[in-house]
Amino acid sequence: MNMMSVCLVAALAPLAGAITAGLFGRQIGRAGAHWVTIIGVALSMIASAIALRDVMDGNLFNGTVYTWATSGGMRFEIGFLIDELSATMMLVVTFVSLMVHIYTIGYMADDPGYQRFFSYISLFTFSMMMLVMSNNFLQLFFGWEAVGLVSYLLIGFWYTRPTAIYANLKAFLVNRVGDFGFILGIALVLVYFGSLDYGEVFALAPGKATERIGAEIGVQWPLITAICICLFIGAMGKSAQFPLHVWLPDSMEGPTPISALIHAATMVTAGIFMVARMSPLYELSETALSLILIIGAITALFMGLLGIVQNDIKRVVAYSTLSQLGYMTVALGASAYSVAIFHLMTHAFFKALLFLAAGSVIIGMHHDQDMRHMGGLRRRMPITWITSLIGSLALIGFPFFSGFYSKESIIEAVHLSKTPAAGLAWIAVTVGVFITALYSFRMYFLVFEGKPRFEVHGSSDAQHGDDAHAHHGPVDPHESPAVVWWPLVALAVPSIVVGAIAIGPLLFGGYFGDSLQVLSKHDVVGKIGEHFHGWLAMGLHGFATVPFWLAAAGVALAWYLYLRRPDIPAKIQSAVRPLYNLLDQKYYMDRFNDWFFAGGARSVGGGLWRFGDVGVIDGVLVNGSAKLVAWLAGVARKVQSGFVYHYAFMMIIGVFVLMTWWFLHL
Amino acid sequence: MPLFAPLSTVIWLPIIAGVLVLFTGSDRNAVLARWMALAGSIAGLLVALPLWTGFDRTEADMQFEEFHRWIETFNINYHLGIDGISLLLILLNCLTTVLVVIAGWKVIQARVSQYMASFLILSGMMNGVFSALDAALFYVFFEATLIPMFVIIGVWGGPNRVYAALKFFLYTLLGSLLTLVALIYLYNASGGSFSLLDYYVLPIPLTAQILIFVALFAAFAVKVPMWPVHTWLPDAHVEAPTGGSVVLAAIMLKLGAYGFIRLSLPIVPDASQHLAPFVIALSLIAVVYIGLVALVQADMKKLIAYSSIAHMGFVTLGIFIFNPHGLQGAVIQMVSHGFISGALFLCVGVLYDRLHSRQIADYGGVVNRMPVFAAFFMLFAMANAGLPGTSGFVGEFFVIMGTMSVNFWYTFAAATTLVFGAAYTLWMYKRVVFGAVANDKVAALSDIDRREFLVLGVLAIAVLCIGIYPKPLTDVLNVSVSTLLEQYAVTKL
Repeated sequence: MNMMSVCLVAALAPLAGAITAGLFGRQIGRAGAHWVTIIGVALSMIASAIALRDVMDGNLFNGTVYTWATSGGMRFEIGFLIDELSATMMLVVTFVSLMVHIYTIGYMADDPGYQRFFSYISLFTFSMMMLVMSNNFLQLFFGWEAVGLVSYLLIGFWYTRPTAIYANLKAFLVNRVGDFGFILGIALVLVYFGSLDYGEVFALAPGKATERIGAEIGVQWPLITAICICLFIGAMGKSAQFPLHVWLPDSMEGPTPISALIHAATMVTAGIFMVARMSPLYELSETALSLILIIGAITALFMGLLGIVQNDIKRVVAYSTLSQLGYMTVALGASAYSVAIFHLMTHAFFKALLFLAAGSVIIGMHHDQDMRHMGGLRRRMPITWITSLIGSLALIGFPFFSGFYSKESIIEAVHLSKTPAAGLAWIAVTVGVFITALYSFRMYFLVFEGKPRFEVHGSSDAQHGDDAHAHHGPVDPHESPAVVWWPLVALAVPSIVVGAIAIGPLLFGGYFGDSLQVLSKHDVVGKIGEHFHGWLAMGLHGFATVPFWLAAAGVALAWYLYLRRPDIPAKIQSAVRPLYNLLDQKYYMDRFNDWFFAGGARSVGGGLWRFGDVGVIDGVLVNGSAKLVAWLAGVARKVQSGFVYHYAFMMIIGVFVLMTWWFLHL
Repeated sequence: MPLFAPLSTVIWLPIIAGVLVLFTGSDRNAVLARWMALAGSIAGLLVALPLWTGFDRTEADMQFEEFHRWIETFNINYHLGIDGISLLLILLNCLTTVLVVIAGWKVIQARVSQYMASFLILSGMMNGVFSALDAALFYVFFEATLIPMFVIIGVWGGPNRVYAALKFFLYTLLGSLLTLVALIYLYNASGGSFSLLDYYVLPIPLTAQILIFVALFAAFAVKVPMWPVHTWLPDAHVEAPTGGSVVLAAIMLKLGAYGFIRLSLPIVPDASQHLAPFVIALSLIAVVYIGLVALVQADMKKLIAYSSIAHMGFVTLGIFIFNPHGLQGAVIQMVSHGFISGALFLCVGVLYDRLHSRQIADYGGVVNRMPVFAAFFMLFAMANAGLPGTSGFVGEFFVIMGTMSVNFWYTFAAATTLVFGAAYTLWMYKRVVFGAVANDKVAALSDIDRREFLVLGVLAIAVLCIGIYPKPLTDVLNVSVSTLLEQYAVTKL
């Protein structure tokens, strides 16, 4: 099979599944829907694996599928670029997607929208594949918006819930703010590079490193910096970076499988992927890299803090995702693109695992997501428990787990980076390690350890997965069915081992080839490599580093506060009430946005409408001129009174005026 | 050539069919009137297809030209001919007419023959506007289109239809009277010709150009409509029957933009260039100001009407930045907006036929009862928000790309449509479609029937096809657009 066919299968197989399940869901039934989509995604994963193998053999691929449009002598094309970066992303995306498809069979078993759900997640897989496989900015934007659409549809999957349909609108609009920057960036690329093809643009980029945008388009900025910042605004929306992060916690209103697939493992990493893909551009702008460092550092630290005060199990994981996305962004800012992708990959595994495990807990708790009602679940749900523990250890960067290798590399990379603001970012990510350990193990202890805080239900015939309405009555948690725990195990394996296996080749073995470009003055990964002596040595050394002890302190504190002395947190809470409120209210950003942006737009719109359209234009100008005509007609009517002496009088005046005028001009 | 005179056929066949439908008389023959109208509209579409297949995509001159002497005293001729821009609009018009006839099948129960005839006759006249190469002929068709639409709003409209119909009629008529003055000036200046092609090469001093531009602008800006002469549109839409709204939004608004392209730009290029910043400013106000105004509308039709104004702002922006991306984007936006706004008005019509309310507040949770309808509505809402993969994206994309080569801040203002367009469309969608069933009336809704499915289905396919593969459109446009820009680039001072 040639590469083009492989690519087409990888992209289109999930689309075929989505269309079949979506349009003919009633005909093929529930089993038909999950089989057709799972086969589609499985085919896509096989094709991705073939593509990756080919790439490893040195066969890069860059080809056009079709010409989308022509304009002004330019061709806008749909095409694929398969190199180390995209092939890796393809495999990660399809693997996680496949796991989530299988898990969904169990999680959504009793949902009336079963076929629709499978159709959506397959459509998502297609969109995400188009995004990562693209060889040009246009198709990138296609995929970018398409994943946004599916995210919108899935957050609002339970469309009768007011919170869900609020959250999906918010997610779409906040993302659109990012896309606004993104499209400006694309337009700048088109105008100044005369092409949207990655290859052509990247080839021209070094020659334009010092070029400034001329006054001809009204601004005078360094070209590459302007492009990079515009594009990064897009990434801030999609990858939920401060201050465009506000949509992600609310997106937890969607069913848990999509929280794992879209809002943790894949879609939210699209921004990270995009910046890495554009590394030949970002390398040329130190200003953009500094901005990325600052935004990433703020996100990594301050979003992690919010995770500490959440009681909803999914929201804790959501804030942890925000924080980890901040880590990846920081890595990008430090020019450690390969490390960012490495963390993206390990995070995809362990965060999908944590979400799916949380989902398993939620099934067990009959859709109660409040951790204050849980506790002691380790004996009742042993597989969920052990896989959650693995996920948590990976998340806090415990040595030898996958997250350790990637997170340690990020901290190291930032430490070595000379880009302005790197020092600040280093402090943020280091302190972040402590915070991560604290909220992760707070969650772990509250859910799995200690005494159960729920009322045990006598019988075991409780309804499972009952269309997701929270029950607060007695429950009887026990292990979820095999289709649910099997993906947990399948994700737990890479969560443990993938870091150790991949770090050598991925970061220091030249794995990414030319797909990621780093200037030698920014090459922090190379410097780390000088001290790298294999995964074993790094793991062992990991026990002696500052981050390790910070993480250990976080775990210990969580253990003390939430298991040993559960009375203390309440006391702390009342002692530092303002600080607690600040965190509980998410820095008041949602309120501010609702008031300032949403309310502001409505007020301005209402004002313009009432004052501008109804008042001035219609009231004064349009109806006013109609009235004016009526008034003039009224005046004219009075003149035509019908009395002869009126006319005679007017005639005399007229003659008089005319004669005066004539005499004056003689 | 398969037909003797294809352009005359696409103009006169619907008009003759319309007149024949009128002869069916009273509503006792309503069934016959409907079927005849359907046959007439389908025939109208079929005779337009040879234009598409026979169109030479590499030819810069006007095609399918027809020339007959008409009023020799004033040298007025029956001169027809089209380029790629006209071609797409003619096809859009013919297709829309078929859909409008089907959409009015059951809803219209009073004066059926007259209703159907109005649309057929209107369709033929608009084809006339799109193919006229004689200024007098253009003007006659342009003005004549007002009459059927005036009747459609005034007879089959809502409670306040008389105010709306008069406002529509007077607003647009006053604008176009100045056009007549400009055409008479050109007639004299050119030594007694009404040929547009003659005007294209006629040197005109700048002051005169500016006066002509302003006179033409008065007509076309009202028609588009551009801010601040847009206020007739929301009223007209709200009061018009569904079919009227569809044709108004899908085709009639394009007459104004087409006028800019066919008359203003090539006849008075220097004035166009001089006044472009002014037109661009109005276009951007349309995008931003109208976007915000659309947000607060409580009436679905009004909201879509305002959204139309904002989208047409993109069209005028694309025209007046004078580059291939912009102009091509503008034309594609016109076609796409025809499908999308038509579809959205049909969606509102589907709801209105069942609940007899256009107020957003009267709905909520429609998806629970009408899932198929909700899926279509979602597609068109997303297309209205310019989602890639739908036709709504293509035009906006090219206009944004074109604008960036002119000015960053223009682009900045234009791109806000990504946020505003999504905000007003999806917020409306959320309140109408999502949520729990809001009241008993919503609970009693039934999903769309086969006839409605057919109409929305055709539009959905069109919206998706253009979005995924717009190349057939751009192939038709490329040469016409570059020819037009070449004409524009030659100064006439």
